[in-house]
Amino acid sequence: MQIGEHDWHLDPFGRHIWRGRMEAGQLLALARAVKEEGGQLVALWGSDDRHLDGGFAIHAAFLTGAGLAWASSALPAEAPAYPDLAHIFPQADRMQRATFDLLGITASEAVDERKWLRHGAWPANVFPLRRDFDPSLPPIHDTDAYPFIRVEGDGVHEIPVGPIHAGTIEPGHFRFSIIGERILRLEQRLGYTHKGTEKRFEGMDLATGAKLAGRVSGDSHSAYAWAYCMAVESATASAVPERAVWLRALFLEIERIANHLGDLGYLGNDVALGFGFMQFWRLKEDWLRLSAKLFGHRYLFDCIVPGGVAKDIDDGGRAELAAEADRIEAEVRSLKAIYDDHATLQDRFANTGIVKPDLAARLGLTGLAGRASAQAWDARAQFPQAPYDQLDVSMATQRRGDVLARAEVRFAEVTESLRLIRALLTRLPAGELHAPLAPVAAVCEGVGWVEGWRGEVVVAVRIGADGRLDRVHPHDPSWQNWPLLEIGVLGNIVPDFPLINKSFNLSYSGQDL
Amino acid sequence: MATHLILQKIFKTGFVSEPAPEADLALRTREQELHADILRVFGQSVAIRHVDAGSCNGCELEIHAINGPHYNIEGMGVKFVASPRHADVLLVTGPVSRNLEVALKRAFEATPEPKWVIAMGDCGCTGGMFGESYASCGKVSNVIPVDVEVPGCPPTPIALLQGILAAVSKGRNTAA
Repeated sequence: MQIGEHDWHLDPFGRHIWRGRMEAGQLLALARAVKEEGGQLVALWGSDDRHLDGGFAIHAAFLTGAGLAWASSALPAEAPAYPDLAHIFPQADRMQRATFDLLGITASEAVDERKWLRHGAWPANVFPLRRDFDPSLPPIHDTDAYPFIRVEGDGVHEIPVGPIHAGTIEPGHFRFSIIGERILRLEQRLGYTHKGTEKRFEGMDLATGAKLAGRVSGDSHSAYAWAYCMAVESATASAVPERAVWLRALFLEIERIANHLGDLGYLGNDVALGFGFMQFWRLKEDWLRLSAKLFGHRYLFDCIVPGGVAKDIDDGGRAELAAEADRIEAEVRSLKAIYDDHATLQDRFANTGIVKPDLAARLGLTGLAGRASAQAWDARAQFPQAPYDQLDVSMATQRRGDVLARAEVRFAEVTESLRLIRALLTRLPAGELHAPLAPVAAVCEGVGWVEGWRGEVVVAVRIGADGRLDRVHPHDPSWQNWPLLEIGVLGNIVPDFPLINKSFNLSYSGQDL
Repeated sequence: MATHLILQKIFKTGFVSEPAPEADLALRTREQELHADILRVFGQSVAIRHVDAGSCNGCELEIHAINGPHYNIEGMGVKFVASPRHADVLLVTGPVSRNLEVALKRAFEATPEPKWVIAMGDCGCTGGMFGESYASCGKVSNVIPVDVEVPGCPPTPIALLQGILAAVSKGRNTAA
């Protein structure tokens, strides 16, 4: 595959997906070429391959003009290190620090070498994702003592928030430095929901792995389950029945609408329009109940399984879902007219929490929030996997990069997803729901790439010769977007933080793993 | 002008709230002393502080859902509050991550007596898929005492409400 002047020897590895191995120094050159071309770093993770070829490895997934490129570099067993990529792609910073915390693989000459996922529960010289990690080691209870960057000067003071927040949200710590009410700096400390997800995958059978993948971030269950299954099916070269693929897309779009409806309600709530919350959550509840009725689960948990899907829809269900899609569309249209017309709401939404397009591009803002800052990437539109290649997805973008833009993208995506649902229901092919996976003969790898409601979800999988999971890395778009929230709040007043935060609605569990 | 559109929508929507479910007393795990005066103090209302101790955020989706119009929880006397110091009940989700263990214990200590703890979801009840590991303490009762366990992945809003009502409803002192 050609990027810039150079052929990087990346081979086709699935539809719009490329794979290659290279020296660690080459990885740096590849990152530069991708950056120059206007691409992005999507994910970075490590693996302990000493039980396979005697060393460690660093992996990076790039978004390029030709799709997703997964590049790996073998690293020595002793003192594994690779060149820092964060000076090219700033979004690599936290991923590199997490890779060190879990595997002891160092990014050489990185500016920020602070810990990230490790707090005080295991020592600095112990690396849980190493194969020789001793699980019987007693846990320690050190304090986190995280070295926050202090802002000093006349009139500056700090507001520490969390890890347990005042609302029903996930735990994380936010350290605001403010002057008066204006935010001068925000620093995040995450990792509070780190529960050893990646370690848990090791040695798991492929079917159970799908369930765990779906619980990396529960609000993106279908996106993760599909990405994981895509990875497993690609690794084992297994075919999936067409009907199953179409049903997966149906589940993913149902999930997108459920989340967008909830967020649009909360955005209204955060500007004191309780009416908006109640209306959108009425619609969301109706939508969830229909999912429970048709597929047995309000959030479609465990409906996507390796080799296909576990749930079907009959003609009656199709008619019911299509009718509900029509009703929701009309209701959302009438609510959008109210949001558009509501002066207080518009005043709070517009020019709040701005991430300008050039900054979004430089720092790698992705997914829904990226599209609201003119980062026009949507895997369903540009690099469609089946069945999106037959659906001609229309991407929603905005240039303002503020809360209003992120709300507008959600409105547009609700409408588009309802159209997709009708198309999926009308053209749903007949056939099997499930096909057995091809047997595993040797160590094999695969990657899945799905545009979830929040952004692209990537799951990389390596299956051992025994047919069980050897290494799984699930990647959430929140990795890239959390640091942009730190930027987006600058100069805003503290009371607007909850609104800005909700407009991004990032996953803690998805990045804490 | 938005106001007439809002009023029009409100009248057109009407009431969607549904009657409360019955308490599911089978969800209780430990008989707690309950004096008549406690019931009198709480009356028929209860303040809940939610703590995500490491959840995948699936359970949070349903906690949000019960705050929606179908469930009318404030009409039942159930209110979510911002601080454990205001709470009668801690509603804890997730396997307890070791990174949040101390914060959970502090939230428990900050909650005034009498207090109840509800462990929500399969992870909160048993450790779920995440179990116990270098990063996870497993179920909530491994870290703080639990009164009611509400299983499910995630528990439905009705199951959650039944659990909340089981924790605080009258008749608790006669349950086995």
